[in-house]
Formats: sequence, structure tokens, C-alpha cells
Amino acid sequence: MKNILKLFSIIILLCVTSANAISAEKVEYLKTDWTFKGLFGKFDRASLQRGYQVYTEVCAACHSMKYLSYRNLSEKGGPEFSVAQAKAIAASFEVTDGPNADGEMFDRPGKLSDKFVMPYENVKAAEAANGGAYPPDMSVLVKARGGGVDYIYSLLQGYEEAPSGMILDEGVHYNKYMYGNKIKMSAPLSDGIVEYSDGTNASIEQMSKDVTTFLMWAAEPSLEARHQMGFKAILYLIILTILVYFSMKRIWSRIETEV
Amino acid sequence: MSDHEYTPKSKFGKWFNDRLPLLSLASHLTDYPTPKNLNYWWTFGGILTFCLITQIVTGLTLAMHYIAHADMAFESVEHIMRDVNYGWLIRYIHANGASMFFLAVYIHIFRSLFYGSYKSPREIIWIIGIIIYLLMMAAAFMGYVLPWGQMSFWGATVITNLFSAIPLVGEGIVTWLWGGYSVDNPTLTRFFTLHYLIPFLILGLVVLHIWALHIPGNNNPVGIDVKKPSKDTVPFHPYIVIKDGFALLMFMIVFAFFVFYAPNILGHADNYIEANPLVTPAHIVPEWYLLPFYAILRSVPDKLLGVIAMLSAILILAALPWLDTSKIRSAVFRPLYKQFYWILVADVLILGYVGAMPAEGLYLLIARVATAYYFLHFLVILPVLGLKERTLPLPLSITEPVLGGSPNIAMAKKKESKIE
Amino acid sequence: MSEKKTNRRDFLFTATYAVGAVGLGATVWPMIDQMNPDASVKALASTEVDVSAVTPGKTITVLWRGKPVFIRRRTQDEITDAKEVKMEDLKDPEKDEDRAKNPEWLVMLGVCTHLGCVPLNDKGDYNGWFCPCHGSHYDTSGRIRKGPAPTNMEVPKYEFVNTNTIKIG
Repeated sequence: MKNILKLFSIIILLCVTSANAISAEKVEYLKTDWTFKGLFGKFDRASLQRGYQVYTEVCAACHSMKYLSYRNLSEKGGPEFSVAQAKAIAASFEVTDGPNADGEMFDRPGKLSDKFVMPYENVKAAEAANGGAYPPDMSVLVKARGGGVDYIYSLLQGYEEAPSGMILDEGVHYNKYMYGNKIKMSAPLSDGIVEYSDGTNASIEQMSKDVTTFLMWAAEPSLEARHQMGFKAILYLIILTILVYFSMKRIWSRIETEV
Repeated sequence: MSDHEYTPKSKFGKWFNDRLPLLSLASHLTDYPTPKNLNYWWTFGGILTFCLITQIVTGLTLAMHYIAHADMAFESVEHIMRDVNYGWLIRYIHANGASMFFLAVYIHIFRSLFYGSYKSPREIIWIIGIIIYLLMMAAAFMGYVLPWGQMSFWGATVITNLFSAIPLVGEGIVTWLWGGYSVDNPTLTRFFTLHYLIPFLILGLVVLHIWALHIPGNNNPVGIDVKKPSKDTVPFHPYIVIKDGFALLMFMIVFAFFVFYAPNILGHADNYIEANPLVTPAHIVPEWYLLPFYAILRSVPDKLLGVIAMLSAILILAALPWLDTSKIRSAVFRPLYKQFYWILVADVLILGYVGAMPAEGLYLLIARVATAYYFLHFLVILPVLGLKERTLPLPLSITEPVLGGSPNIAMAKKKESKIE
Repeated sequence: MSEKKTNRRDFLFTATYAVGAVGLGATVWPMIDQMNPDASVKALASTEVDVSAVTPGKTITVLWRGKPVFIRRRTQDEITDAKEVKMEDLKDPEKDEDRAKNPEWLVMLGVCTHLGCVPLNDKGDYNGWFCPCHGSHYDTSGRIRKGPAPTNMEVPKYEFVNTNTIKIG
């Protein structure tokens, strides 16, 4: 048993050192309580729905989310809009389809199976419209940034006056949490920029939290299923391990007495 | 080891076995005499078999959905994560499975180093193991390229560029590897092909590894040969099977924790950004299991020599059975070797740590010292130690150890006397 | 060894095997289920077709769920032929009214029920469809009349959204 303990302490040590090694340079990010963290973490539905509102009304003007479909909005473990609501959301977008019998492309209202409509045709168009900086696709943005949700949450609230002495080019803004502190995106949120239908006060902090929650779900739509399955799987493994342990003791006891 | 002839009981069994001795093989595997003093460090062979099978099964299922094309690879991975039934689960098992595989293989290798399992008559087992390890690194590297994220692309660029260090033909080889003038679609499709092939090569080598193991039988913690099989060994089934099973379950709990609760912690965030040939990520870092070798590569200021140092660091292991001049296998009876062993473990961990840090200043200095020590250990310390070291007296047999061996053995002795 | 001890040991081993087998089954299922249609495929359930340009006696073929769907605007003769067939002459008896609710329009999967080939239009002994692979003849209602196919060509779920648009699925 002592050997096993030793073994596992080494495994844990190894993991911790490598994890630390990878995320070596850390900035102190703003912290908030995320409901989706922890063994049983789940998304806050209301926050996801509000986050979707912030995304469509603010972010979606420049940022695409090309791996998501409108049907995802009504799927389990997500914002869980009703199917009718999701259909209405989809129908509010014009989707280019085709070619039709005459060989021409045409616009039609979106369907549940459609992918989120992109603000720009392609990366080049996006760059051209944004002073040469491509607003990154947001589908997996949270997983593509070292600090994850805390980074995005902080970045959205990190706009400040540039310290004296720092010269910012035209169209470049100062952000406390951005790598290198220079960001091409102007502060996207301002108090009351969206009006929440559930009466929540749309402060910058609240909107940051909601939209970050939404982005986390967008990047990891199976998070809730994963947490639920994980708990069951590990519980099962522990039970089986205990059974096998006693079976092992029983089997080896034959030898010990024979010796 | 045919110390007993197996004859099937049924008539059909005998008819079949005479033509294809599968039943004899099964009987050999179940009755295979295993030293009964094996500790839990010996369970990693079984754990590694589990890892290989897990990687092959999850890999096959992923390959049913993955598209090996530069324009579609990243999207197809997202498709797997979002739409394919249990796709997220299978991908996270596969991605973390690679890390678990390496964790297990490192424990397996260091167990071998501690107990001298590479020594005569087990040199071939050891060398096959080194080849498996090399193939694992190749498979892992190419697998990391497949999602076609930023780390995939730039990792592929950096690693393939290692070959450009070869004088005269280097550039030509790199172009040949790429199938173009940069890492691009032809590179991706060939990496996918090879990534698919290598696990089956490994599987074949594992069969040889086990075959070669079953000729002399297992080494064991005291490192002396089995004297009386009836006393010193137990049949593989059920004794070792259940013990391996228990250890495997403990291992699976750790594995499950990563898959379900920290699936991306061992990966790199940049790999969730689609490959972009115009922008290099700020820090290019290989997966954790390659970091020690990456540190060795960077610690040498010359391109060619750096590559040679890195390759030698792995290949030197193949010469280990002859570099280690000591006839005593187990470190339990080699007090000095034991200390150097732990220094080597620390050295490799330090190399891994500095491999993840920027190659500058103090980190670079540490990397250089650690690299030098790594080679010193194998090329100087081991050969000299074998000749100079005063070893402890060996026990007479696995079941009858002399007093004053390791505390474990003394305890076993005490237990025995109680039973008698 | 006492009787009681043996029983307990048997129970322990049985329980271990049973729990282990359950886990193995639960692990195998995702590997099997991943081959089932995924969420994006399931979402593409329906397709809408504009049939305004189809004149009597013409067939258009559209793709639905990766399979051809025949949409035929039948002539009066074809409708009469289809309705006059006696049920006892059919291998797979089905009334024409049940297959084409609006008799002018026949909508069916253009897949031979024998082994999945696409039958040819206006061919065969019954002026309907003929499958070139193994020689199955279908009548003007898409019903099997001669040849190895066991059943009539399948009619998918469809509806007229308006006079010119059919929604399949």
C-alpha cells in the first residue's frame, strides 16, 4: 500500500509541475464565481440566455461563431431556449442558400440546422473592415486563450487610460489584461448597451459575466454531460477498485498460507 | 517456456491444437510462472497494454469522423466535439490517453532502470522497448499535428526542420518530408497515414517484447534468478492478472479525472486556434512528455550538434545494457547506484521543467548543466560505478533472502517465519 | 475451509465480475453509438422543393437525406392505369390513393427496394420504372410488378406547403 501511495504522489507531483510549467506566466485576472466549475458544475441558464443576447447584439457585429448552429441554442446543457424560440432566432437571420434551379444563390430565413451567420464573408473581408485586425472566431475562443474564462472576463473590463508615456497608434486601445496591453478592439461594452428582458441590470460587469458564460458553453457544449458522466464513471471505478482489491487479497491469501 | 506440455482435454481441442497451437499459447499465458515478489511498479506493463488498446480503439473511431485535409481538419475536430455521438468523450480519451501512455511508459522505463531489468539476459527486451518508445514519440508528435491548430502547425514546422541540420541533404529531406515548400496539406495527409500505421507497428513490437520477456521470465525486485519455480513463482492467472487489474483501475481513476474534469490542462490553448502559416505563437512548447529532450536540443548552441545531442539522449539508452558494467541487477543491493538513480530522476525532471521555460538566462544555464549530467550519468558514472561499487550481499533465493537485505525482504522473512 | 467462507468468496468474485462486465458494456456503447447519425445529420430532416416548373408527364429528382426522391406529375392515363390495377395482381398490395394523396403528384424515394439502385424513368413492362441492376419493373404508382424487389418504392413523409412547394420530411 505504501508503494501505491508513493506512486500516486509522484504522479500528482509530475502533473502539477508540468501544469505549472505550461502556465508559467500568469497575470492576476479578475475573479468571479463561475457556476460551471467544480465536480458538479452546471451553466446558469439565465446567464447563458443573457450572454447570447450580448453576443448577438454586440459581439456578432464583428466576431463570427462558425461552428455553432441555431439548433444548439435549444439543445440540452446549453441556453435551452425552447425549440420555438430557437426557430424564431434562426428565422431572424438571412441565410444564403443555393444554387437554385437557375443556378443562382438566394437568401432565405435561417433554419435550426443552419450554422450561425457570419458577419463577414471571409477572413480577408473581416480584416479589411477592422483596420487589418481579424476579430477572432468565438466558437472555441475560451479554450484558445491561456487564461480561459477569467481572461475573457477580465479583458472585457480591462479598458483603461493608457499610462503616460505609452504611445498608442490610431485604432489601438489600452487594455490591462491584453498580451502586450495593446488591443485593436475598442471597449465593446458600456453600461446599458443591451436591455435584458428579465430585468437584470446590464452593467459592464454583469454583461461580461454573461457573455463569458455563453462563450464557455459555445466552446464546450458538452461540459454538463461531461461533469455528470465523470462523476458516475469515477464513482463506478472506485467501487470496482474496492471489489478487485478484496478479490486480490482473497486470491493472494492462498499463496501466503502455502508458503 | 515449455516446462510442461499442454494437452487439450476435448477431442476437438486436440485436433485444433495440433494444427494451430492457440490453446497451448493460452495455457502458456495463464500458467506463465511469474516471480511472486513483483511489486506494483511491475504492473505498468499491463497498464501500457491497456493504454495502447485504448488509443487504437478511440483512434479508429475518431478516424471515422476526422478529415485529413488542411482546410477541413480543424473543423472536423470541432464536428467530432459537437455533433458526433460521444465524440467529445472519445476525443478527450484519445488526447489525454497519449499523456497517460507516456506517464506509464516513463514509470515502466524508470522501474527498469532501478531494478536493472535491462541487463543480461534481457537486453533484447530492453532494445525492443526503446524502439517502441521512439515509435510512440513519432506517433504522438504526428497525432498532435492532426487537429491542425497553431501548435500542430508550428510543432510540425519546428520538428521537421530538425532534419535540415543534416549537412548537404538536409534541405532536400525537409522538402521531401513536407511534400512542398512548407508544412501544408500533403504533410498533413502523410502524417495522418503514418499516425494510423505506427500503433499497429507498436502492437507487433509489443508481441515481440512479451515474447522476449517470456524466454528468461520476469526480473524481480531483488534481481536474482528464479531458483525453484514451484516456490519462487506464481501462475500469471489469477495472481498477476488480479494484481495488474487492481493497479490498472487505480490508474484509470487518474485517467478519468483528466478526461472528465481537466481535459485540456495537458494541452496547449494555442491549439484551439486554427493553423495560420503567417503567425507563430509566442511560445512553441511540445507536449510535456517530450520536454526533457526539447531542453537538451535547445541547450546546445549549434543546430546540428543540438539535434545530435537530442537523438543521442534517446539512443544512448539502447547501449545501456553494456554501459552498465555491474553484474548486480537490483538497485536494492547497490547503495551508490541507488543514489545516482535518484539524481538522474531529478535531472530528467529538471530538464522537463526548463524545457517548458524560455531558453534564456538562468534556464539555459540549468538546461546545459542538466544535459551534461545526463550524458555523464550514462557514459561515465554507470561504467565506473559497476567496477568500483561495493554491493550488498544478495539473498539466496527470492523466497529465502538473507537478513540485512532490504527492509521489505526482512519483513517478508519475518512473516514467513511466523507462518512456519 | 468452512462452507460459509467459500460462499462469501464466491459472492465477492461474482460481484467483481458482474460490476466489471457492466463497466465494459458501458464503455463499449459510446464506441458503437458514434457510428449512428450525428446531431448535424439528424438536424437536416426536411427539404423544400419548388415544383412549379414540372409539367404533366415529367419527373424531377431531388436529393433528400442523400437519397434521390422522384417527384412525378402524372398524366391522366397514368393515373387511370394505376387506379385500375387489381389488388390481387400486386406483390405488395397498396392502393394508388394511399400512395399519391393528390393523384397528380407521385412522390417517392427513387431507390429500388431490392438492393438500393436507382430505377430508370418511363421504362419497363408497366410504363413506370425499371431497375437496371437486377430487372425489377415498377408501375405508374411505383409498385413492384415483376422482378426480384420485394416491396413497392417507399413514399416518404411529405406535404404541400402551397400549390407549388413540396416539403419532404
